[in-house]
Parts: sequence; structure tokens; C-alpha cells
Amino acid sequence: MKSMLSIKDLRASIEDKEILKGITLEVNEGEVHAIMGPNGSGKSTLASLVAGKELADVTGGSITYLGKNLFDLNPEERSKAGIFLGFQYPIEIPGVTMVNFLKAALNEHRKHKGLEPLSAKDFLKLLREKKDLVEIDSKLTNRSVNAGFSGGEKKKNEIFQMAMLEPKLAILDETDSGLDIDALKIVANGVNKLKRKDNATIVITHYQRLLDYIIPDYVHVLFDGRIVKSGGKELALELEKKGYEWIKNQVNGN
Amino acid sequence: MQNKTVISDIEREFIDLYKENRSMFEAKASAPVNMVRKSGIRDFEKLGIPTPLQPLFRNGYRKYLEPRKVEFDLASVFQCDIPTLDAHLVLLVNGFFDKKNGNSLKELPSGIIIGSLASASHKFPGLFEKHYGKYASHKDGLVALNSAFAQDGIFLYVPEGSVYKKPIQIVNLVMAKEDIMVQHRNLIIVEKNAEAGVIICDHAMTPNKFLTNSVTEIYTAENASFDYVKVQNEHNNAVQFSHIFVNQEANSSMTSNIMTLHGGVVRNNVNVLLNGEGAENNSYGLYLVDREQHVDNYTYIDHAKPNCFSNQLYKGVLDDSATGAFNGRILVRKDSQKTHAYQANNNILLTDDAKIYTKPQLEIYADDVKCSHGATVGQLDEEALFYMRARGIPEKEARLIMMFAFAHEVIGNVKVEALLKRIDELVEKRLKGELSPCDNCAMKCY
Ligand SMILES: Nc1ncnc2c1ncn2[C@@H]1O[C@H](COP(=O)(O)OP(=O)(O)OP(=O)(O)O)[C@@H](O)[C@H]1O
Ligand SMILES: [Mg+2]
Repeated sequence: MKSMLSIKDLRASIEDKEILKGITLEVNEGEVHAIMGPNGSGKSTLASLVAGKELADVTGGSITYLGKNLFDLNPEERSKAGIFLGFQYPIEIPGVTMVNFLKAALNEHRKHKGLEPLSAKDFLKLLREKKDLVEIDSKLTNRSVNAGFSGGEKKKNEIFQMAMLEPKLAILDETDSGLDIDALKIVANGVNKLKRKDNATIVITHYQRLLDYIIPDYVHVLFDGRIVKSGGKELALELEKKGYEWIKNQVNGN
Repeated sequence: MQNKTVISDIEREFIDLYKENRSMFEAKASAPVNMVRKSGIRDFEKLGIPTPLQPLFRNGYRKYLEPRKVEFDLASVFQCDIPTLDAHLVLLVNGFFDKKNGNSLKELPSGIIIGSLASASHKFPGLFEKHYGKYASHKDGLVALNSAFAQDGIFLYVPEGSVYKKPIQIVNLVMAKEDIMVQHRNLIIVEKNAEAGVIICDHAMTPNKFLTNSVTEIYTAENASFDYVKVQNEHNNAVQFSHIFVNQEANSSMTSNIMTLHGGVVRNNVNVLLNGEGAENNSYGLYLVDREQHVDNYTYIDHAKPNCFSNQLYKGVLDDSATGAFNGRILVRKDSQKTHAYQANNNILLTDDAKIYTKPQLEIYADDVKCSHGATVGQLDEEALFYMRARGIPEKEARLIMMFAFAHEVIGNVKVEALLKRIDELVEKRLKGELSPCDNCAMKCY
């Protein structure tokens, strides 16, 4: 199986406080990984480092993506190389319409692949197709990026963007939180439809319920900057039942 | 009014020049213009030129007191701006109405009169008696100076009930092989229930130093509607003082949109008197400044009557060591109940050296009013930049998209579709650094 993402002993600090304390994670093509863990344990920090955000200072370790050192690529290059981060808190960009934003992004991806920009007609066709996939309100694409979107609409919009860009590696940071049960199914369905043998997904979540729809191959528990436990999908059920206290006690050796 | 005790050399020069040419000025102009002229020089002697601005005048500018023959190809000026815009074009060359394009006064469909201020002042003494110099108060020495020297400019008269959808494009050309100072004077009268709009484009056609000191008076009668768009695209050697005085009667509406794309030193003064109930004023401004440029926007909205509405939105992007100022004064008089007055000034500073001075001044003497003001100074939102980059948009492009979105909030208020598109294009080019001050002229300056 081909390695997609290989994180080795990754350490990172924010303002001299160590947030990631040696993370090792292997993700192969075709796999779905779930990362769970209490608030503040470092899940989003890890995700943003993969996407290229210069929030935390990397103090050690490596991230390799499809054989390349990820630290050599800036965020836009990572995106074009197929990495997609679904933001935990999607950003509002007043004045920039979704349509223009997506057109700019998509055409950059196409340029990278040596393709011509899409014609206006083809672009709109693609837009419609993907909108149907995530059942997003048609009017949202004429509005400014995330501006005034409801919490749930913002999350759906992340999946919509993912559908437009068809990434190889999608990292969905709590895309399920704030969604009603129908929306959750739609989002999960979207993710599943986009799944291929040669791509991979990492879902960061607090809720086992999402994993009923997106079945993970592996579940990892991130606790205080470390992956303290990994297992199959049953680990999520166990966590749900026993809570993080159980993990805490295991870590502390009780 | 603060009176001067000492008259500087620069001021003395103007006063002497006035004395030498006074009889010539008076012989050419009509009585109402000369009346205002007299008070102009009197007030100028008292007020002078604001001290901080004096160095800008100290350049030995030639003052053209009569039109000079300049050779240019009219066709290329026509092309120069907005190819798809269907507009009626008039030209000022170095402050004087240019007759190449026909008579000095022209009647358009629906009885609109457009042409030379000098000619109109003789032909329509009644209108001048009533309006000329009635709105441009001499609280500023530069306005008084303009009144003293006023000879020509644009006159526009829109008679009662006349609706003219086609915009009137006024092109101010400054072109000379020497450094010159130009003072033109415009008078625009829009009568009851009438509707019209102008687009004013300023072009410096030769690389010489220029100083323009212009005054425009605009009167909108009851129920009239008027649209004013100005695109300033002059080079780094150009200094421009532009004073607009608007008098709005009941239920009239007026929109002004001032886009400063380039210019060495620019000061826009917008003065609005809401002089009848139900009047509505929207005043927008966009300034894109870089290098050593300096742009000021001074606004003064006088809510003299109840039930009026005013809204101001001025936005700026400042790069390099450019500086700018926004000074927005709103006066709500004691009996002006049910006033709505809004003001916003938002700025993006792209460097540490760029500076903006923003100062709202609200004076509210009525109690039942809705007013708000807000000023922001900031950088581009880093989170939004990262969000775009995370979707594959290169940083440079992402910055551009954000600046453009910021600017478009102002540009979007331009009502003429073709012009809006053109300004969008110009601003995009400008933000990309691809627009030279004369890029939109077919004639190349350099
Ligand atoms: N900009 C920042 N400045 C300082 N500390 C930060 C910053 N961003 C994150 N942190 C800290 O880093 C730690 C990890 O945060 P992170 O957002 O990665 O947690 P998380 O596991 O995603 O939590 P949650 O489940 O609440 O989303 C927290 O202690 C947080 O306070
Ligand atoms: Mg998080």
C-alpha cells in the first residue's frame, strides 16, 4: 500500500509552549483515519501544520506527503498537491463571492495540472453538480465566502469546496460539529461519494456518531500532544462509553 | 474666519496678478460672476492659502489667463476612456472650455444645456444671479482664490422634469510644456423632478508639474436627482484641490463617487447642504495611494432641515510611504429631527510607513436622530489570506482579491454599468501595479 502521509515524531510549540509532543502517524492511500481527543489536545494544531499554517513552530520531526517533505511547500502548493483542510472555524471573507473564490481556486489547481481554465459554462455546470452532491442552498454561492452563513452552512460549504477541488488527502476538522442529523448524513454521504482507492481522509471529531456514517479504518486518540492510543473503529465506541478519564488513567498508569 | 496679518510672497503674487488682470477678467465676465469675484479677492486677502499648503504653490507655476492653442487629437481623447460607454463628452483644456467639439453652449435632447461657464454667464444672467457663488462659501482661502480668478469651466443646466439617462462625461485635460496652474469653475443646476449624471475624468497629458484648484457648485431642486462620478488619474507631479459644494432641496437625491487612482497630492473637499426635508445624499470615495503620494478627503454634511438622510463611505488602500487623511464632519442642526446620518472610513495599510489620519466630527444638536460613524485602519486579514491559500490561491493573488473586494464596496455604487465595469478594470490594474497614470489615455505621456 502506498504511503500518503507520514508524520514522524512531530513536535511543535506555540509561544514556547509545547503543543505537539512527538506525533507519529501513517496514512496510506484508500484509508480513513479518525482522530479524537479532548479539547485543547492539539488536533487542530496538527491539522493546520499539515495544511501549512504558520501558527506553531515546528521544533522537531517530519511530515512527508507522497514522498515529499511537506515543509518545502507553501500552503497554496500543498493545496495544489492535493491536500485539503476542512476548517474547524471557516473564515468569512466579505466582498469575495463564493463563485469568484472557487473559480480562482479551481483554475489554480487546473493550471498546476497543465489544464486550461474552465469555461464559464463548464464551471457553472461543475458548480451545480457539486452543489447537488452536498445539497447546499443554491443562493449561497452568490454570497460572500462564509459571510453570514449559519454554522451548519459553513460546515457544508467546506465539504462543497472539497467536492470542487477533489483532493487526495482531506483533513476534516470537526466538520460534523454544529450539524443537524440530516446535514450530518449529507456531509458524510458527500465524503463517502468522493472516496476513491487512491485518496485518504482524516476526520477529526468528538462524536462517535459521525463514524457510523464515515467508517474509519483506524481511530487515534490524541491526548496532550501525543497519540496515546490507536485502534480500529471499536475504539471510538469504547471512548464514547468510558470517556477520556479512561484514557487519562491509562496514560498516567493508573 | 481667521484673518491674516502677514501676507506671504505666494499670496502677494496672486493678489498682484489679480490687480494686473482685473479689468480683463471683468470685461470678459458677466456681472454676477464679477460680484463673486470681488468678494473672492477680498476674502482671499483675509484668508490666504493655508500655511501647510503653501509649499505646494511654490513652484513658479505659470497661470494661463486665456485659452492657449494646444494640439491634440480629439478622436484619441474619445477613445481614451470607456469604449463601451455611451456618453456625451465635453472637454476642458487647461481649465478652459474646448470648442473643438462644437459650440460653446449646446442644447441636448430634453432641453439640457451644457457648455462653457463663461458663455453661459452672459446668456443666462438670471440663473447666475440665483446660483453662482451662492453655495461655494469662502471659508477656505483656496475657494476664495478660485472665485477671484474664475473665468471658465463647465456649465450644466437640466431643466424641470427633464430626465437624461446618458451620462455627461467631462474630461479635464491639463497639457502644457511648462508647469502650470489651472483654476476652473463649474456650475451645475438640476431643476425640479429632473435627473442627470456626470462623469469627470482628470488627465494630466504631459509630465510637467500641474496644480489644479477647482470649484464645482451643484444645485438640486425639489425631487431632482443627480449623480456625480469623478475619476482622478493624474501623475505624481500633479497637485489637485477639488472643492464641491452641493445644495440639495427637498426630496432631492445626490450621489457622489470620487475615485482617486493616482495623483501626487490630492485634496477632495465635499460640502453638502441638505436644505430641504427628505433630501438624500450618498457620498463615496476610494483612494489607492502609493509611493510618496498624499490624498485627503474632507467632507462636511450639513443637515439643515429635518428628515434628511446622508451616508458616507470612504475607503483607502495605502502602500509604500503614502499618506492620507479623512476628515468627516456631520452637522445636525437643532431642528433637524429624524435625521439619519452615517459615516464610515475604512483603510488598509500595506506597509509600516503608510499612514492615514482619520477624524470623524459629529456635531449633533437635535435629539431625535440616528447617526453613526466608524473608522478602521488595518492590514489584510491574515486568516482570510490563509484560507484562500489553503484552497490553492497564491498569496499575491489572494491579497489582490481581498484588496479588490475591499475597493469594490465603493465602486459597486457607481450606477452606470459600463462605467462601473471600467472602473473595476482600472482599479484591478491599479492594484496589480499595471496602471500607469495615463494608461487609460490613448495618448501616451511618457
Ligand atoms: N494562536 C494560539 N495562541 C496560543 N495558544 C494556542 C493558539 N492556538 C492554539 N493554542 C493552544 O494550543 C493547544 C491546542 O489547541 P488545538 O486548537 O490544536 O486543540 P484541539 O485539540 O483542536 O481542541 P478542540 O477540540 O477544542 O478543537 C491549546 O492549548 C490551545 O490553547
Ligand atoms: Mg480543534
